[in-house]
Amino acid sequence: MTNEISLTLARELVIALEQGNELEADALLDKIAVQKESQLFKEVGRLTRQLHNSMAGFSLDSKIASMTENDIPDAKERLHYVISMTEQAANQTLNAVENLMPVSQSLNEQANELSDKWDRFLDREMPFAEFKNMSKEISQHFNESKESLLQVQNGLNEILLAQGFQDITGQIIKKVIDLVQDLELSMVELIRISGNPNLTIAKKEEPELPGPVVPGVDDKAGDVAKDQDDVDDLLSSLGF
Amino acid sequence: MRILVVDDFSTMRRIVKNLLRDLGFTNTVEADDGKTALPILEAGGIDFLVTDWNMPGMTGIELLKAVRANPDLVSLPVLMVTAEAKREQIIMAAQAGVNGYVIKPFTAATLKEKIEKIFERVDG
Repeated sequence: MTNEISLTLARELVIALEQGNELEADALLDKIAVQKESQLFKEVGRLTRQLHNSMAGFSLDSKIASMTENDIPDAKERLHYVISMTEQAANQTLNAVENLMPVSQSLNEQANELSDKWDRFLDREMPFAEFKNMSKEISQHFNESKESLLQVQNGLNEILLAQGFQDITGQIIKKVIDLVQDLELSMVELIRISGNPNLTIAKKEEPELPGPVVPGVDDKAGDVAKDQDDVDDLLSSLGF
Repeated sequence: MRILVVDDFSTMRRIVKNLLRDLGFTNTVEADDGKTALPILEAGGIDFLVTDWNMPGMTGIELLKAVRANPDLVSLPVLMVTAEAKREQIIMAAQAGVNGYVIKPFTAATLKEKIEKIFERVDG
């Protein structure tokens, strides 16, 4: 098409020159030049766009590279720290509970024993010698109770303080969520720039043991038990 | 009554052990996966098995299958306490011969109810 036009213009130019029509020849030369220039501009425009996209892609590349280099290993460290903090808190709480269980059990036993004796005393079924013994036991119980309840108080405080992990781990996990979001945006942008419209999304592979169900994520397909009642219903439908 | 508690997380083993003690079961043994649990079971003297599913080495379902395949252990009551909640998994455990299935996180009341139900059926 452009060649045809150029050829026509060239023929007209030859005719104009042969006829000595300089005015016409100049006009034709201008026309040819303009046509050439506009093609050149178009090409430059295309190259500029390409360069811009490559530059954008390049800065995105380096952003993703820095994420893989620094942020992702950092995030792994952070998440490992979350695991160790939650584990520590669980152990601290379990230690306190395991220390207190026998304390509260022994207090409970003592109180039961004494209350039985007290009932016998109120029913006037207790000889004086036994009463004297019981009085001693009661004051002993009071002393032990004071000590034991102080222990319980301290243990409850330990359990209280152990819950501090929630604040810290919450903040750390939020940072990791931000990183994942950033990474997601960069990936989306990269796919847009690389501009493959025929990109097919690979099907997610199902792990053998999917583990804990996260509400809103893992229960969408409706193939998981929502709670213990769901499990019980399923098992009883199987004749359990 | 001697109970074997199998879970790869020591905190979970401690929680289960404490709940069992509260229910009056004070004689418990621990193992951190199927591989360490099986020799304990084979040695005899275990009356009840509480096991997690997802563990390294040997999983709970593999342990359950090994238990059911052993003539000495074939009727040992087994309670699975696990975060695995897929319907097909629960059905798989039932088919492998589990006696009870509790999903994590669980309550003390749920654990108590399931254990009582298992022993009602075993005794009855």
